[in-house]
Amino acid sequence: MKQLLVALWLALGLGAAAGAADPLGSSRWPDLQREYAGNAPVTFDSRVEVLAPKVAEDSMNVPVTIKFRNLPDVKRVLVVADFNPIVKVLDYQPLLAQPGLSFRIKLQQASPIRALVQTGDGKWYAGGVWVDAAGGGCTAPSTGRSAPDWASTLNQVQARVFHDGQNQRVRLRIMHPMDTGLAPGIPAFYIEQLAVEDASGEAMLRMETFEPLSENPVFSFDLPDTGKAALRVVGRDNNGNRIDAMVQP
Amino acid sequence: MIGRFLLALALAGGTLLAQAADPAATDRFDYGLVPQKIADNSWAFVGRTEDITRDNGGNIVNTAFVVTAEGVVVIDTGPSRRYGEQMRAAIARVTDRPVIRVFNTHQHPDHFLGNQSFSGVPMAALPAAQAGMREQGGAFADNMYRMAGDWLAGTEVTVADQAAQAGRLTIGGHEFELIALEGHTGGDLAIFDRTTGVLYAGDLIFLDRAPTTPHASITHWRAALDTLAALPVKRTLPGHGPVHDDRRGIGQTRDWLDWLDDTLSRAATSGMDMAEVMVLPIPERFVQMPLARSEFERSVTHLYGRYEQQTLNTAAPSRLKQK
Repeated sequence: MKQLLVALWLALGLGAAAGAADPLGSSRWPDLQREYAGNAPVTFDSRVEVLAPKVAEDSMNVPVTIKFRNLPDVKRVLVVADFNPIVKVLDYQPLLAQPGLSFRIKLQQASPIRALVQTGDGKWYAGGVWVDAAGGGCTAPSTGRSAPDWASTLNQVQARVFHDGQNQRVRLRIMHPMDTGLAPGIPAFYIEQLAVEDASGEAMLRMETFEPLSENPVFSFDLPDTGKAALRVVGRDNNGNRIDAMVQP
Repeated sequence: MIGRFLLALALAGGTLLAQAADPAATDRFDYGLVPQKIADNSWAFVGRTEDITRDNGGNIVNTAFVVTAEGVVVIDTGPSRRYGEQMRAAIARVTDRPVIRVFNTHQHPDHFLGNQSFSGVPMAALPAAQAGMREQGGAFADNMYRMAGDWLAGTEVTVADQAAQAGRLTIGGHEFELIALEGHTGGDLAIFDRTTGVLYAGDLIFLDRAPTTPHASITHWRAALDTLAALPVKRTLPGHGPVHDDRRGIGQTRDWLDWLDDTLSRAATSGMDMAEVMVLPIPERFVQMPLARSEFERSVTHLYGRYEQQTLNTAAPSRLKQK
């Protein structure tokens, strides 16, 4: 199927117009590149590493880790899944965070999962992997919807900080249905903004999040160690409900 | 409705691929089932230690039959209607006695989707397995279509109609001990034929093929292995992998589960996320085992959430919010 898509794409002569050939051979790439990077060139670079399983065992929870350790001055990381009905997963500003993050997404069908990384000079670097999937991840109702008490835990944060001597890894789970709006009769309801702040209220990382993130999303970030000071997690969903929790070191 | 649509798509896709690759497509749906004699009156069909593909049609599982004086007892029916039909034909080449009883060891599709071809014969599984077949059978079948394509044509979910009772059961001179266990799934039926000394372990035992965990509890699975290890077994038919006369299957399955438990536990307490855990190294002793990497990846998806959840604390609402 992938080869077929590549062949089709080459046959249509789109390859030349799209700049660098997409190593993942996805027919969606030229459009995505135009949409997200505009006219800026995008380099496929092995320094942008996307870890995800070859096959999505659970289409509602496909784990993804993004690493861009050796790219200097990263300002922005866009994560997209080419063949999801809602392509954009998150738009991340690392600010003070170490170069990488982990999260889970819903996948509607087999698709590339990509990270588009922009550095301070405006250049884009991309990496990604194909994930095969039985599908249906985006159009199924969230499981929390069938539990009567989902609203009582809405936006509750569970967290843990792990210290390795240099950095601190912050793991977060935020209780939220993350409804895509694509399941019949259930409107889109998802976390839109999230930030981790230090004790003085300064953002250490910030991101916009979108419908394809998994229900009760789990994140991992690596931050400079702030010692004994607590971190604060703030955000809100698209209905204006706030997320606001203190995470003890 | 959606199921039918997917099914139609799967059929159309499968047909196209088959025609492109091989004009004599109809010949391709022969599983080539040859019974392997494993004890007096006892035969096994040993599947490949592979993942389900359009090439193997899901023949990746071990099934068995025992020819008793009263008739034939079948243990698991394979991944499809075709497999069940071909199994029946292969049994008929060994004996003209009728099939009088079917047991399903558990709810997974490669072990029971052939039930349809034994309709009319009493079929028994543990209650938890019956429930699993009822609730998830449709989704299992859809996924089998997706992976094996046209081999699944005409396969309909047929749930075992009888609840298996633990205990001894004599059929036509064979004394079977039905052992109700759990661990691989919520209802794992092991069948020990005390007359021949053969243990039909279902997927509680894997050998030289990485164990699968979509409905597993490692704690219960270990306890089940303890129970099986205490039986006076002469020969073991694992759910996947070769027939063997020693304890290799139990030992290797336990070794894998211990490693899995330890690895996931350490990963969670060191703060790793799922995709990072999936790329951890596989120990030397498992590297050559078929499907070790892909089953480890799957197991991380199945099991890691429970380990990780234990490490997370509920964070305090900030003071601002409390105001």
